[in-house]
Amino acid sequence: MRRVLSPIPIAVILGVAALVGLLAYGLSANKPDRGIEHAIAKGERKKAPALDLPRLSGDGRSSLAAMRGKVVVLNFWASWCVPCRKESPLLERWHRRLTRHDGTVLGVDVLDVSSDATAFARQYKLSYPMLKDKGGDTLDDFGVIAYPETFVIDRNGRIAASRRGPVDEAFLRRQVDPLLKERS
Amino acid sequence: MRRLLLAAALALLVAAPAASAACPRTSLGDVEDEVMCPVCGTPLNLAEEAPQADRERAFIQREIDRCRSKSQIKQALVAQYGDRVLALPGDQGDDSIGDVLVYVIPAVAILLAAVAVAFGASRWRRRRKPASTGPPVANKRLDADMERYDL
Repeated sequence: MRRVLSPIPIAVILGVAALVGLLAYGLSANKPDRGIEHAIAKGERKKAPALDLPRLSGDGRSSLAAMRGKVVVLNFWASWCVPCRKESPLLERWHRRLTRHDGTVLGVDVLDVSSDATAFARQYKLSYPMLKDKGGDTLDDFGVIAYPETFVIDRNGRIAASRRGPVDEAFLRRQVDPLLKERS
Repeated sequence: MRRLLLAAALALLVAAPAASAACPRTSLGDVEDEVMCPVCGTPLNLAEEAPQADRERAFIQREIDRCRSKSQIKQALVAQYGDRVLALPGDQGDDSIGDVLVYVIPAVAILLAAVAVAFGASRWRRRRKPASTGPPVANKRLDADMERYDL
């Protein structure tokens, strides 16, 4: 009994337990939030997290709240992201189409050098609004784990669909077209 | 004319080292072990073959070519990527508890390991002592055996 209560082994065990606890906390804190994904899988539309960021051009700020009433195709991208190159022309085509139906594509450039991102937008002739999330602060809110990721947001600011990886024509037709017919 | 050319050459010889002295000696290696590759989640010098890391290195190199010092480059990186790009604890300037813990936790872990080793060693020695002397009956038998085979 005396051996069990000896203070040194107890201190060592407590120390090791504290370190293991700290490691477990670190692992759990870095787990991506899959709340949006689960809601979509259940057919629910979760309210989109707040998004208020500076414009990539450096000219003021913009927010998702300011786009309430529009169908928004929210696209997280970066100029160094290879698959983003593939989907950018498609997003630009859809943006032109959406503007005729009170909708928009909204790009969020994440963890990127501004001049590289601006050159990318120029190269692919992207005319849709671009925001810059320099520190990637909004990634956790949306549960973004890779690039590109796209969220389709209805006229009431709720997330109706999401896609990890590049979007294609079929995804946009299936997810965006029905929302355009909805009223806010 | 000849004098003029000579004067120009001399002026160049004097000006060149002065210009290089004005440019701080910053290298990519100096900077990349003190900043993060934010997407990879590792220090930049450990991020191999990552497109984001390559872009970040290119950005740093451009800043070096523009004669920027290490601290100026770090500031430029923060402007692009935010505070999380800084790898060294305390660099972010917010004096958070994490900056202290990052030094304290390894020290505590090493201390605990040392205590555990010392404690284990002392217990092992205490256990071995009586075993080496052996019980009295066994010692007597051993002595008798040794006498029998005494050369």
